[in-house]
Amino acid sequence: MVGPTRILEIRTSPHLLSGHRVETIMFNVVLALLPTTAWAIWCFGLKALLVLVTALASCLLTERAACAFSDRPSSLGDGSVAITGLLYGLTLPPGLPLWMVAVGGVIGVAMGKALFGGLGANPFNPALVARAFLQAAFPVAMTSWLPPFGPDRFGSLPASTLAPPFSRAVVDGWSGATPLAASKFGGELSALADLATGAVAGSLGETSGLLILLGGAWLVARHMMNWRIPVGIFTVVAGASALLHFVAPESHAPPGFMLFSGGLMLGAVFMATDMVGSPVTGAGCLLYGALIGALVVVIRAWGGMPEGVMYAILLANAVSPHIDRWIRPRVFGQVAAEGDG
Amino acid sequence: MNADEFWKGLWRENPIFVQVLGMCPALAVSNTARNALAMGLATLFVLVASNAVVALLRDFVPKQVRIATFILIIATFVTVVDYTIQAVSLELHRALGAFISLIVVNCLILGRAEAFASRNGIGRSILDGAGMGLGFTLALFCLGAVREILGSGSLFGVALFHAEFQPWVIMLLPSGGFFTLAAWLMLFSRWRAPDA
Repeated sequence: MVGPTRILEIRTSPHLLSGHRVETIMFNVVLALLPTTAWAIWCFGLKALLVLVTALASCLLTERAACAFSDRPSSLGDGSVAITGLLYGLTLPPGLPLWMVAVGGVIGVAMGKALFGGLGANPFNPALVARAFLQAAFPVAMTSWLPPFGPDRFGSLPASTLAPPFSRAVVDGWSGATPLAASKFGGELSALADLATGAVAGSLGETSGLLILLGGAWLVARHMMNWRIPVGIFTVVAGASALLHFVAPESHAPPGFMLFSGGLMLGAVFMATDMVGSPVTGAGCLLYGALIGALVVVIRAWGGMPEGVMYAILLANAVSPHIDRWIRPRVFGQVAAEGDG
Repeated sequence: MNADEFWKGLWRENPIFVQVLGMCPALAVSNTARNALAMGLATLFVLVASNAVVALLRDFVPKQVRIATFILIIATFVTVVDYTIQAVSLELHRALGAFISLIVVNCLILGRAEAFASRNGIGRSILDGAGMGLGFTLALFCLGAVREILGSGSLFGVALFHAEFQPWVIMLLPSGGFFTLAAWLMLFSRWRAPDA
């Protein structure tokens, strides 16, 4: 009886494959993001939908153009740029002029991804590169927040959304402060229930912590996300802010507020866990998460800005290759050094 | 043959876009087209003059002290440029600040002195300096023009947009210089070698 032909293939690692393809993982990340996206559109209405569509379109078109520019086959099909576009859209304030959204998408994908060689070669998360660029380029527009559940949010658009290209956004009289800004500059705390469900002002996707956690749990259950990264971030943020709140309760917010406010949930679950920018070992991921958590608390507590998740993740992205160099798994069969147990 | 010594600095061996030399002034004072052009022309003058003198003296300078001698020659011409700019426009002198004196340590100038002028005749050295200096000026102008148009909405101080123009603040910051340089490098390398 002749068995199936087995060919011994000699090649470099990895030798064990999970069967997940890039497309499968990206499809599942989109699924996990859907509740957050739908909630963002429900909260902020038509302007949120337009911001998301513009962000997606600008990222997809830039990826296509970058592939043509460098004579490579189109990489639109692997879905990674769709995630970038969606995540990028979710980090933006709802009333941001659409031309600024498009500029950020082009910069993020062209400068943050294509320039480094495309998917897998980019040291930084392209969605955060796009947002960081906009934050530095248009600081006023990027910190003008509109409250959720505005009247007639599906029938009308704020004047700032449709500002013609290269003109400044008209500031509406009804812009509100985010919970973090109110806490930092006004000493007011929002109710935890409002923060968790997303009934507060903020970027599109950073408002509802519970839906983000739901999406994250789905990805963890499918082994498509390293749970150590968000766990590391949450532990350090909760621990450090509990300590600060215990020492100086009047100037530092309690841990629950720190966890559920601002972009921490979205950043910890969907941005920091980007497989390209995070370390490969388990211990490395814990360290990487802890580093992000520590940076977030430091920036929020003593920095000039109310929010620091974006910069914390970008900085940790830069450290990630070094973490991989410090923490190397012992090679199987390697002899322990003398006195090393 | 001689013409090539001139053209290579503009295109094939452009100091900024190909050799990536002299990054400090290229990123620091390219926030407006005027500053960029002034810095480029100042560097052009120093480069041509120092290349000429280094080529003249190349047989008299002992090998062991050549770098110190080159720096002394370069510093002389930088002082000339420094005082000239101060006399012509005090405002421009303030805008460029310490970066005029820092032309002394621009590795592009020392690089040309060491790699070219100290091994070639005066005619070729002047052509080389002029080509490299013009290439540097051109590249700085490319950076400065983009940064001024997007960062201030003007070119050489002339407003290009309507009054409602939203300036891209990042373009006037150092990080904007890096983004602009990356974009130009990408375009230039694609343009220069389409099959690479």
